[in-house]
Amino acid sequence: MNDQLLSVILTIITASTPLLLAAIGELVVERSGVLNLGVEGMMAVGAVSGFGAALMTGNPYVGVFAALAAGAVLSLLFGFLTLTMVSNQVATGLALTLLGLGAAGLMGESFVGQPGIHLERLHIPGLSEVPLIGPILFGQDFLVYLSLIIVAAVSYVLFRTKAGLIIRAVGDSQQSAHALGYSVVGVRYLCVMFGGACSGLAGGYLSLAYTPQWVENMTAGRGWIALALVVFSSWLPWRIVAGAYLFGTITVMGFSLQAYGIGIPSQLLSALPYIVTILVLVVISGNRALMRANTPACLGQPFVPDR
Amino acid sequence: MRLVLEKRAEASGRMAILSPVIAIALTLITGGIIFALRGLNPFSALYVFFVEPLTTSWSIEQLIVKAAPLAMIGAGLAVSYMANVWNIGAEGQLTAGAIVGSAIPVFFPEFQSPPTLALMLSLGVIGGMAWAAIPAFLKNRFGTNEILTSLMLVYVIQLALDWLVRGPWRDPKGYNFPKTIAFSDWQLLPQFQLLPPSVGPIYINLGAIFAVAAVVALAFMMGRTLKGYELRVQGIAPRAGRFAGFSREKTVWFCFLLSGGLAGLAGICEVMSTVGQLQPGISPSYGFTAIIVAFLGRLNPIGALVAAFALAISYLGGESAQVALGISDKTARVFQGVLLFYILACDSLILYRLKIIGRTPGPAEAKA
Repeated sequence: MNDQLLSVILTIITASTPLLLAAIGELVVERSGVLNLGVEGMMAVGAVSGFGAALMTGNPYVGVFAALAAGAVLSLLFGFLTLTMVSNQVATGLALTLLGLGAAGLMGESFVGQPGIHLERLHIPGLSEVPLIGPILFGQDFLVYLSLIIVAAVSYVLFRTKAGLIIRAVGDSQQSAHALGYSVVGVRYLCVMFGGACSGLAGGYLSLAYTPQWVENMTAGRGWIALALVVFSSWLPWRIVAGAYLFGTITVMGFSLQAYGIGIPSQLLSALPYIVTILVLVVISGNRALMRANTPACLGQPFVPDR
Repeated sequence: MRLVLEKRAEASGRMAILSPVIAIALTLITGGIIFALRGLNPFSALYVFFVEPLTTSWSIEQLIVKAAPLAMIGAGLAVSYMANVWNIGAEGQLTAGAIVGSAIPVFFPEFQSPPTLALMLSLGVIGGMAWAAIPAFLKNRFGTNEILTSLMLVYVIQLALDWLVRGPWRDPKGYNFPKTIAFSDWQLLPQFQLLPPSVGPIYINLGAIFAVAAVVALAFMMGRTLKGYELRVQGIAPRAGRFAGFSREKTVWFCFLLSGGLAGLAGICEVMSTVGQLQPGISPSYGFTAIIVAFLGRLNPIGALVAAFALAISYLGGESAQVALGISDKTARVFQGVLLFYILACDSLILYRLKIIGRTPGPAEAKA
């Protein structure tokens, strides 16, 4: 029983981490006033790049870095269009998703069916062997810890430092931030790239740790769920952790119930995360006071500095 | 040295027409570079990809088959996006339409008369509308982001389709393949001869006629009616729309039901022609590609019709390039994505002028 419980908890953690990584990145992007709907596409390209780089070098850490870099580069494309060329953010984000999914499919064609390189789990002699708690606290791969460190760092930077104040100012009142002499476009470029790197990392996690292989469309809407998680968190970093783990749990519950073969169609269980996403959005959006308090006021608005 | 945009005094009419053309040209250049990097002769590869689909009467028929759903859905989405209503779940509404319309042949395989055809098509429209009504309702009632909900519903309905054709709706004599019984006679769309055999016989099905009718009707609505004006005002100047007393709620309903109904119609037409039965994978992502169609057509229904042909060529080109050049048919998806990027970039040039300038002091430095 203990073993079973442990394996379920470990699976929940690996299922939640990619959502957490992608969502915390997007949170920073949206805090700076930019809506990047291309998370799904950046994740897909991150996943395929990470898988490919790990396969070619035999080193999963090179894969992780490649995933991160691929996400950042792709987000730069989005940044150039929406920030420099002032294109419509919604449309450009969709374009990024379509392009990313297409490019990932093409890049990954030769990887289909290849055994992947597994990102190993940490092993601290003694500590990792403590029953139940050991593997959970001290036996994860490093990205699990990194994801939580990123959340802590984002929370600290956004609310305790001047840099965070500038990011929030740019997102809440772009004209004032500009008038104070801050480069609205520059700050947004950095935030967009941070978000891209996080999305790429999330994709890399999928193809290196969650299921070490490449399958087309393996992101399966997780990028979109991450976007919903940002709304769920009402743009507060620590709530992303709660949301991501809630969704990770729901996904794993679906799998476990399938394994027990209860008379529920497997498709319904697979649809559960998407249905819950909609329900959660309804509950959160219905609470107008909450939405008004934290939604970045300039979210999705274009900015052209007048000279 | 850096790039800056300078707002034009008024929107450039010349750029409005040129921007899709420039975008397509840039996509072709990018495509040529991609082919060259793969060691192919870029010119012959581009010829196979983009010209060959236009050379035989069979391939022109195929072009129309693929352009029809794209135009139908794309025109509906163009109207929605024009009014700032972001339905991106057309793929799901297409699937819903296909499912609901297919209920007739699944439950009443013997029901064979002209009303069968009409009933299936109407149910297709209703199915698409019903699925689109969910995000519209949630948007109006709870303020839920329609982009996320409409997209999530795509996954849900695709899983529902999967369940149906593997479970209750599976053809009992189908050797366990996940599909319903094959549709026949009045359950399929009639075909018409467009051109006589002397030119090369070209047949089109009823779906193509619906597509053209939808495009013309929407173009008329947008250009000549108060409703179209109302939608355009809400898209371009939402505040002005509010002051004018246009109901945002009604617009959200209208756009979702319209675009969802058209997507549903496209879905039922697909299963009643190309596919001939209900099965998983009834559409090669028409609902998502139609987003590109809407933008390439500059959110204008007539433009969407033209754009639908451009994207239909990319589908066919992908197939023929796979056969002739041995390159993946996934290349087409990349081209479609690249094309949308270029369109969006070029569209900025309608409102702004691109300038390359040397470094100038920013406002803060100038003050100091």
